[in-house]
Amino acid sequence: MAHAEVHDHNTPLEYQSETGRLNILGFWVFLGAEIALFSTLFATYLVLMYRTADGPTPHELFELKGVLIETFLLLTSSFTCGIAIHEMRRRNRKGLFIWMIITLALGAGFLGYEIYEFVTYVHEGAALGTSAFWSGFFVIVGTHGLHVTMGIAWITLILIQVARRGLTPQTSAKVFISSLYWHFLDVVWIFIFTAVYLTGMVLHNG
Amino acid sequence: MKWDEFFVTGDPLIYGADVSIGLTVIGILFYLTYFKKWQWLWREWLTTVDHKKLGIMYIASAVLMLFRGGVDALLMRVQLATPDSKFLDAQHYNEIFTTHGTIMIIFMAMPFLIGLINVVIPLQIGARDVAFPYLNAVSFWTFFIGAMLFNISFVIGGSPSAGWTSYMPLAGNELSPGPGQNYYLLGLQIAGIGTLLTGINFLVTILKMRAPGMTLFKMPMFTWSALITMIIIVFAFPILTVALALMTFDRLFGAHFFTLQGAGMDMLWANLFWLWGHPEVYIVVLPAFGMFSEIISTFSRKVLFGYKAMVWAMVIIAGYSFLVWVHHFFTMGQGELVNSVFSITTMIIGIPTGIKIFNWLFTMYKGKISFTTPMLWSLGFIVNFVIGGVTGVMLAMAAADYQYHNTYFLVAHFHYVLIAGTVFSCFAGLIFWYPKMFGYKLNEAIGKWVFWVFNIGFNVCFIPQFILGLDGMPRRVYTYSAASGWGGLNMLSTVGGFLMGIAFLILAYNFYYSFRYSERENTGDSWGLGRTLEWATTSAVPPHYNFAVTPTVTAMDPLIQMKRDKQDVKPKIEDIKKIHMPDNSGVPFFMASFFFVAGFGLVFEWYWMGIVGLIGVFITLIIRSFDKNEGYYVSEEEIKETERLTV
Repeated sequence: MAHAEVHDHNTPLEYQSETGRLNILGFWVFLGAEIALFSTLFATYLVLMYRTADGPTPHELFELKGVLIETFLLLTSSFTCGIAIHEMRRRNRKGLFIWMIITLALGAGFLGYEIYEFVTYVHEGAALGTSAFWSGFFVIVGTHGLHVTMGIAWITLILIQVARRGLTPQTSAKVFISSLYWHFLDVVWIFIFTAVYLTGMVLHNG
Repeated sequence: MKWDEFFVTGDPLIYGADVSIGLTVIGILFYLTYFKKWQWLWREWLTTVDHKKLGIMYIASAVLMLFRGGVDALLMRVQLATPDSKFLDAQHYNEIFTTHGTIMIIFMAMPFLIGLINVVIPLQIGARDVAFPYLNAVSFWTFFIGAMLFNISFVIGGSPSAGWTSYMPLAGNELSPGPGQNYYLLGLQIAGIGTLLTGINFLVTILKMRAPGMTLFKMPMFTWSALITMIIIVFAFPILTVALALMTFDRLFGAHFFTLQGAGMDMLWANLFWLWGHPEVYIVVLPAFGMFSEIISTFSRKVLFGYKAMVWAMVIIAGYSFLVWVHHFFTMGQGELVNSVFSITTMIIGIPTGIKIFNWLFTMYKGKISFTTPMLWSLGFIVNFVIGGVTGVMLAMAAADYQYHNTYFLVAHFHYVLIAGTVFSCFAGLIFWYPKMFGYKLNEAIGKWVFWVFNIGFNVCFIPQFILGLDGMPRRVYTYSAASGWGGLNMLSTVGGFLMGIAFLILAYNFYYSFRYSERENTGDSWGLGRTLEWATTSAVPPHYNFAVTPTVTAMDPLIQMKRDKQDVKPKIEDIKKIHMPDNSGVPFFMASFFFVAGFGLVFEWYWMGIVGLIGVFITLIIRSFDKNEGYYVSEEEIKETERLTV
């Protein structure tokens, strides 16, 4: 319910409309629900951590190199996403586009490596149905990957809207919200890196 | 798959249901076509984003589901009325008790309460609508479609039969083959999306859209209860989402989360289910507490006793609701330390609930009480709910629970909590706010009949079950031997069940009778005793923009304050300004329909259909994202005309 309101020019564009403010708060609440969702997945993964049955153990298959590249790509994308929002607040549409497209490219690179990793594991005999452990692994990492995929598609659609309509209180709120989502995925990945990959390599050793 | 595997065949009851479903559908189609109502249906209801209309649709769906779940209950009671009965076979009985439990919790109790929250909360906080009206429509339609998907299972493909808790490995592919259990997983998943969105929507609405002056501690108690419920929803429903998804992976894609093979862990399901399931109990009972608080205060003509204690009690309950889940399976092998911890947390959660009971009693103390039907239901609630609560504390003691668990004692306990708590509140709230929705009251004389027949029936049905449980009658069995000696009490219980059924029919008649004969209300304060803003509208049924001028709140129970100040609720003509409102949209309806296609495809493992449905869902999301949805303005002239203001 947008009202024409008076703002001092320090109010960021995305907070200038009533709808924008409500949507941003609503999205924070949604991220709260997402935390509950990923917490449940983490709990499930940790409960099933040693339940590899006859399948391979993570220690046999995990390779640090690919995971480090994925981590590097995704963490950098969070940084570039932050710059994109900074450019948006400077009302620099071109800067927003350049940095957002870099962000999406890094995200796509992350996804590429993840898909390659999944394919490798399947070839080495670890798939969703191999054991409880691998079910847990593929679902938690896959859920994150699905979120990244959706994020890329969603941000692309929003950029098209910005290209068509310019930076308005409506479009900038959408860009800002999608950036919150993108940073959130980054945070989740840090936990996945720790709880899945590092513990998988260390705790399963021996 | 052959057609006789697709449709459920071989049972005369099912054929009867097929015929009645067919006739009902034809009847509705005929009515809509003959009276040229299609356009009206589309414009006024299917595309609406008005919180009041969505609330009414929620409640109407919930009453239908109450009928369906009630018929399930009566079929079970007929089967159990006599020993060694052949009325239902074991499989059919299992299906019916599974659908009874699932429908009553997910598709009756929650939508009924969410419906009342939808109608009342925005009015009670002086808002034009909810924060996200479009999302509200998405919530309703995904709930409705989830419910329909679940409900068609008994004529197409077969119903789930692993109980509403769907414990593994019973609910796995080996022991529950076929599409039945998939209906449970997909139906609840789709409806769960709607519930989560409702949680987000009302949380933001209550936090951000209150009328000026209404600080958190001036909010009506029903609003408080809704706020806390929404917080529980936001953190509990994702757990259900994950649990359902994992079981879906187990059943459809051969994963090993809860299976016996592949080192899966069946108890993980029980834990995840109740990690959601116990907060769910409070999701369906806290709004009930809120409504009883409003009703008892209104008809005692007194301010609610212990307002702050009430609020903190609910906050504590919300926190503890996440810390008691193991008490649902004390007997399933955790060891004494874990059981002791959860035994204690369970007893602690009884304390804030007890505080609330005393607050209601003290609210009535020295009050000038009007014994209207909503008040009667509230009084009935206090008495019956205490029975449920006390037996709950008995069950909370882990060692004693080994005796009570899996017997009819437990069944009687949770029916005393859920019927006396939730169902009574749904009836009380529906009758109380009925004039707000339709502009006339339900007939009070008939309403009193409903109350007494239902109450007597309820106690006749469930008190014998306490005794049967203590006598060792296990739950979840489809029959028992004559030698057990349980026949007499079971017959009595069945009689009570049918009394509740009769009460439901009288209620249905009351809907009709009041529609025809009730006097139409001409003020917003239909009971004459209103305390909160929903009664401060100028007409009995508020216009779609709710308040012509947003009210300013100076005290708790703002309408009482306005009455004291002799302040007129009618807005001043010079204050009227144009009002911005959201556009109607057909997209939520189509989005939910695509969810149905996707869900139905996955139930039968027709993956092409699942993919088509999901693509449809994404297309509707994109359409919505590109829609500018700027809304429209209600002009000053229109508002003046609606409010009958003249210069």
